[in-house]
Amino acid sequence: MKEAEIRRLLAANLLCVFSIILTAVVPAFFWDGFTVLGTHLAWLCICSVCVSALNIILHLVLKTNLSPKRSSFAHKISRFLKCCIYFFMSCILFHAIIVLYGAPLIESVTETFLFAVLLSTFTTLQCLCMLGPNIQAWIRVFSKNGAMSIWESSLQITTMCSILGAWFGAFPIPLDWDRPWQVWPISCSLGATFGYMAGLVIAPLWIYWNRKQLTYKSR
Amino acid sequence: MQRWPVLLFLAWVCFLFFAGIGLFMSGFLLTRIELASSSSCSDPLVPPPWERQSLPPGSCWAPQRFSKAVLVIIDALRFEFARFNTAKASPLPYENKLSVLHHLATSQPRHARLYRFRADPPTATMQRIKGLTTGSLPTFIDVGSNFATYAIQEDNLLAQLVQNVVSGSAVMQAGFLHLVLGVRSSWDHGFIFIIFKDDKKASESGCTDVTVTRSPPGMAKRSQGQSVMLCLRSGRRVVFMGDDTWEGLFPKKFFRSYFFPSFNVKDLHTVDDGILQHLYPTVDSGEWDVLIAHFLGVDHCGHKHGPDHPEMAKKLTQMNEMLRSLVDHLGNDTLLLVAGDHGMTETGDHGGDSEKEVNAALFVYSKTPLFGTGPPEEPEVVPQVNLVPTVALLLGVPIPYSNIGEVMAELFSGDGDAVSAALQQLSVYHINAKQVDRFLHSYSLVAQDLPAEQLQRLQELFSSAVEEHTRLLAQVQGATLVPLELESRLGSLIGRFQLYLREARALCTQSWARFHPLRMVGGCTLIAASCLLCYVASELAAASDSFYRSCLLYPLLWGLVVAVLLGLAHAFTQEGLDLLIVSSWAAAASQLGFFWHWWSRHPKRARLAGSQPPLASVGLRQRLRAWLGLAFPMGILLFRCGAMFSDSFVVAEARVAPFLLASLVMLLVGKLHWDGRLTAPEGPKQQLLGFSSYRREIWYLLCLVAMLLVCVRLSSFFHQCREEIPQCRPSLFLSPLASLRNTRAKNLFYLLCVALLAGLVYAVRSWLRHYGNLNSSDPLVLFVRWGFPLVVLCIACYWAVASSADDSLGKLQELVQVAVVAFPWAVYGLASVGLLLLLCNPMTVFAKDTRESAGSIVTPYLGVPSSEVDFLHVIPQIYKRMQESQKSRLERGSCKATVAAYGLGSVYSAALVIALTLLGFLLMLLHSERLSLAFLLLFLEAFMLLHIHTRAKGLAGDAEPFSVPWYAVISWLLAASQFFYSTGHQPIFPAIHWNAAFVGFHLDHSTNLLPAVLVGANTFASHILFAVGCPLLLLWPFVCEMPSSQKRKPKKEPREEPQEMEEHMMEMRLRESPEKFSAALLQLGLKYLFVLGTQLLACVCAAMILRRHLMVWKVFAPKFLFESLGFVVSSICLLLGISLVMRVDCAVSTWFSQLQLSSYTGKVEVMLESLLGSRAFFPSKNPRNRQVGSTHSPDSVASGPLRSSGPMPRVQPCVPPLAALVPPADLAGGCVVPSAREAAGQGSLRY
Repeated sequence: MKEAEIRRLLAANLLCVFSIILTAVVPAFFWDGFTVLGTHLAWLCICSVCVSALNIILHLVLKTNLSPKRSSFAHKISRFLKCCIYFFMSCILFHAIIVLYGAPLIESVTETFLFAVLLSTFTTLQCLCMLGPNIQAWIRVFSKNGAMSIWESSLQITTMCSILGAWFGAFPIPLDWDRPWQVWPISCSLGATFGYMAGLVIAPLWIYWNRKQLTYKSR
Repeated sequence: MQRWPVLLFLAWVCFLFFAGIGLFMSGFLLTRIELASSSSCSDPLVPPPWERQSLPPGSCWAPQRFSKAVLVIIDALRFEFARFNTAKASPLPYENKLSVLHHLATSQPRHARLYRFRADPPTATMQRIKGLTTGSLPTFIDVGSNFATYAIQEDNLLAQLVQNVVSGSAVMQAGFLHLVLGVRSSWDHGFIFIIFKDDKKASESGCTDVTVTRSPPGMAKRSQGQSVMLCLRSGRRVVFMGDDTWEGLFPKKFFRSYFFPSFNVKDLHTVDDGILQHLYPTVDSGEWDVLIAHFLGVDHCGHKHGPDHPEMAKKLTQMNEMLRSLVDHLGNDTLLLVAGDHGMTETGDHGGDSEKEVNAALFVYSKTPLFGTGPPEEPEVVPQVNLVPTVALLLGVPIPYSNIGEVMAELFSGDGDAVSAALQQLSVYHINAKQVDRFLHSYSLVAQDLPAEQLQRLQELFSSAVEEHTRLLAQVQGATLVPLELESRLGSLIGRFQLYLREARALCTQSWARFHPLRMVGGCTLIAASCLLCYVASELAAASDSFYRSCLLYPLLWGLVVAVLLGLAHAFTQEGLDLLIVSSWAAAASQLGFFWHWWSRHPKRARLAGSQPPLASVGLRQRLRAWLGLAFPMGILLFRCGAMFSDSFVVAEARVAPFLLASLVMLLVGKLHWDGRLTAPEGPKQQLLGFSSYRREIWYLLCLVAMLLVCVRLSSFFHQCREEIPQCRPSLFLSPLASLRNTRAKNLFYLLCVALLAGLVYAVRSWLRHYGNLNSSDPLVLFVRWGFPLVVLCIACYWAVASSADDSLGKLQELVQVAVVAFPWAVYGLASVGLLLLLCNPMTVFAKDTRESAGSIVTPYLGVPSSEVDFLHVIPQIYKRMQESQKSRLERGSCKATVAAYGLGSVYSAALVIALTLLGFLLMLLHSERLSLAFLLLFLEAFMLLHIHTRAKGLAGDAEPFSVPWYAVISWLLAASQFFYSTGHQPIFPAIHWNAAFVGFHLDHSTNLLPAVLVGANTFASHILFAVGCPLLLLWPFVCEMPSSQKRKPKKEPREEPQEMEEHMMEMRLRESPEKFSAALLQLGLKYLFVLGTQLLACVCAAMILRRHLMVWKVFAPKFLFESLGFVVSSICLLLGISLVMRVDCAVSTWFSQLQLSSYTGKVEVMLESLLGSRAFFPSKNPRNRQVGSTHSPDSVASGPLRSSGPMPRVQPCVPPLAALVPPADLAGGCVVPSAREAAGQGSLRY
């Protein structure tokens, strides 16, 4: 059973990776002059939208989240609204953190905010899909031995990889190479994207590797 | 407590580092002293009167041979680039491209010649330009009069060319033109007439007043008040085009200039195309005497592509074409020089001293014959400095004062026969030698770095040659010699002058222009070994008992023995004792001693561990875990060190340090969360739900982190700029308030700064009051109460006076002059009084004896209690007495007789906080007004860091309360380097705040020491503050213990009381185990030095490895210099901070012993009480007694009657809430003073 689930996880993750690659390639066919570096903001929007759409669909299909006990329509609506608010708040929070880390305060607000949206897509949206708007569950998942399923382990790994990627992405900014990708926030967003993709690939492999050691508590 | 061994150990480690730094510096930094003198035409040294008569007008020292010269500098023109080898079938991209040189040299062998041009290291462009114009060997630090600009202060070729220029081009160029009514331009005849509008300006112009009876032709008649000046054109018109480095080096020296940006190494064409655009029109216009064109394309091509690249071929071909057409444009009286300032390595870099870097090309050409003979087979080697005297004498100007080059004699041979050519050469050699001798003489008067005995030998060589010269000349005049003998004697005399000049240059080269790789490696090794030693010792310090003997005494002895041996050896060989070498050998020996003893102890431990296998395996796992735990702060440190190896990261360090600090703190919180330290232990209910919830304290921690991040971000608004980042704008806050035009903004900022100062004082005082340190009536406390506001007042007055507009005050000018000096001195005086008080009596403890006094209820009866006054006197006393008895009834037993000591729990920290505040005031005074905002941020951030550290330590449940974790030390140091930048500094010389030297001084300093101290304190302000405050990292968790444990108190079960009690004793817990305390201080110091030393090591390695890097003299070397100075300052301040803690410890010991002496009455309990209600007491034999709210059990304490001579009594707290001491409602109201307040009232009623 576990093997099968890992396979499903791998497939879902590979689909995500593939979709991200597509967002970099496909729009160029419809839109002359589209490049990831040149029209970076557009790509940021496209990537965020695609990844979030795909994630939501995948989680609806695969039913990885805790099934809510009460499933009245009103409850669903309130849940959805709560999710939206949480997502928006996480965007704001990421924006604040990025600025605190040294991003320009007044100039290029759009860039910073879109980067924050991308980071939220890679991290918060996943949590929302999988755990719902339940902060306490989030706290539990992101601590040692907190994961309760392979999906949650995967969530841990991808989130950390995305943030680590964004962190490392800041490193080339001061270098005097004069490359187009050194412009804020391109290197960071690319770093986050590569980190996310790496996390997506690593997660199933790591879980497969450690499947003997990973014993999840029952819910 | 072992005080001296700790200090000695730290001082020894500092010495090891200093020796390493010194050794490295002596190998890496080449220093020289710049002389301010300059040569002038009328110098008496040259030539003998009979020769001078033959000088044509317009010549100095030697007859002018060329009236014009073109100097084409092709940056990084290696000799191989200029050489043309016809035999080569398939040349490399950089070979055989400058065919025009070859063509000229072969077709006109007496007109043109190619030389190997040997540059002196360091082969960086700026140093080479200096060398090419001053004729000296510029080193990294040319100790001159002014650090603030890059402009060349020394006498140089350009200065000689444009001497007295104010009478010429400056008048024409700028500034004066609007004052000039009319100009009769006769530049070509060598003079102009100028009519000035008013006499005052005319006298400033430097022109000579002439009495003209007639108006100069073509000029309007002058009217009253106007003067006609005759401006002689003795200066040459120097036109420059190309690299804008020259602009900084020679400001306002050029008649006309076309500068192009040199910074972008990737840009191959901007500079060259710009020059080509202006070159030919300028040459053809004829409005120049000396034209300098500095092409950068070849150098940039080398940096970008390397020499072996098709781009280089293109670039060299372009240069070839340029030279070909330039030659066509030249006239007959023009000398053409094509020179490379340095070569390049195979990768296109330069800066070092390898053969390929120093081997440049020089090409000389003129349309009139230059040389007497044809060229030699193999091109001659000419040192770069030789160009200066040659060009100077050829153009008829004096040789620059500091020149050590030798004239290229073959250019002076002329057309005559062999004897006359030799005579001419002899005369230039004679001039040259006299000038070099004069320079060496005056240099040896100011500096001692040239060896005296060699100077002596040179002097003898010179005087004998000069004697011979005069003899020979007399004979020539008398015509007593046959030509053949004359020729040979001339030849030998020229040879002697040559020998003198070459040896002089060699002597200078030896001491100024050579790296010492051995010393560099040695220094690097010493620093690395010291870092390792710090790490090993910090691991060891806590563990062992005979630590000091084996790890301090023996190594010190080793070092001393080696030093004495070396000293003896030197004494026997009669050589000069080089202190640096001796001390570094001693340092190396003592390090060896340390590692030897450490290693010999090591196997014992290993064997011990080996005998108990299970323990060993546990140890291994624990060690692995410890290593993993170390990895996270050490990783950040590694990133920081790695950043030192890239010039971009060094340039951007102002942003790197805060980034890493923020990352470190976030990682810390993340790690705590990951380990589950932040979540409350799961109750059964929570387990059911599978959820975890945060402890409430977490929000406090998160708030602290958020505030820290905000502080870090805000501090980036105070950055200074470097020229490497052109789009950067320096912070507005750096300029002094006086420079603000807008009066309202000025006032607002002023008020803000003063309010912040007052706020700082208020915060410090309320902190002290909170911990009860403000109750005593000691001078120190009084100083804190009254001196601090006074200091603030003085600073505020100083700022007000200094920032006021100069002209607005009118008559008060003199008063202002006095005040500008007086107020800073008041601050200096007050601060030093405060520090002295702190040293004399650092106790801020107020002891109140609340023992039941056996005396009467009221004061002795003084007379008839008739008057009302006496009743007023008596009644409160009776009331107080009742209150006390009530209280004692409540506390009967355990706390019957107590001495309440206010502020004993934070006595160490209080002393440090007071010292830091005083230092902060001093440093703020030295900075410009608005940087006090940055200082406030600094204090705030340090406070946040301490709290976060305390919280994190509490949450992590550290078993070792006496050790400071690595992350705390690293974050402390990251904050220190962050605030180096946030107080408006950068590690470059032009960014130093020189104004600091004149705070409190009115533009005069008798010595150099005082301004150096002031500027140093200004530059390393954050290093000083953070290093002195370093012991707070150890103390703070103890100070902050109480509130957290009080919170937890209600939940605790009664059986846990003994442990809890220990938590209440704050800093007295440190006193309880003096051995551990001293070991902890030592460990903290070693950790601090380790982190500092690692950063220094990275800088040193970067400077050593990258010494050929393009940016070594602009980025890495200044960075290394600032870092090592910062290390020295930090380590000294660390020692001072730790010794302050030791001093407080001394004072606390004497305080306790005095207390014992006075209060020893058998069974006495001494209460230690701070205002928060924590109490400690001396143990007693009293039976167990529990009081309301008090949770101590005396049995857990070693009890027994106190002996005044015995060991320090253990101190135990008992914590009655304040309310328990004071009887409830009936006493609390109205006139009743609660006990604590009463106690405070004795010091001052302001409690």
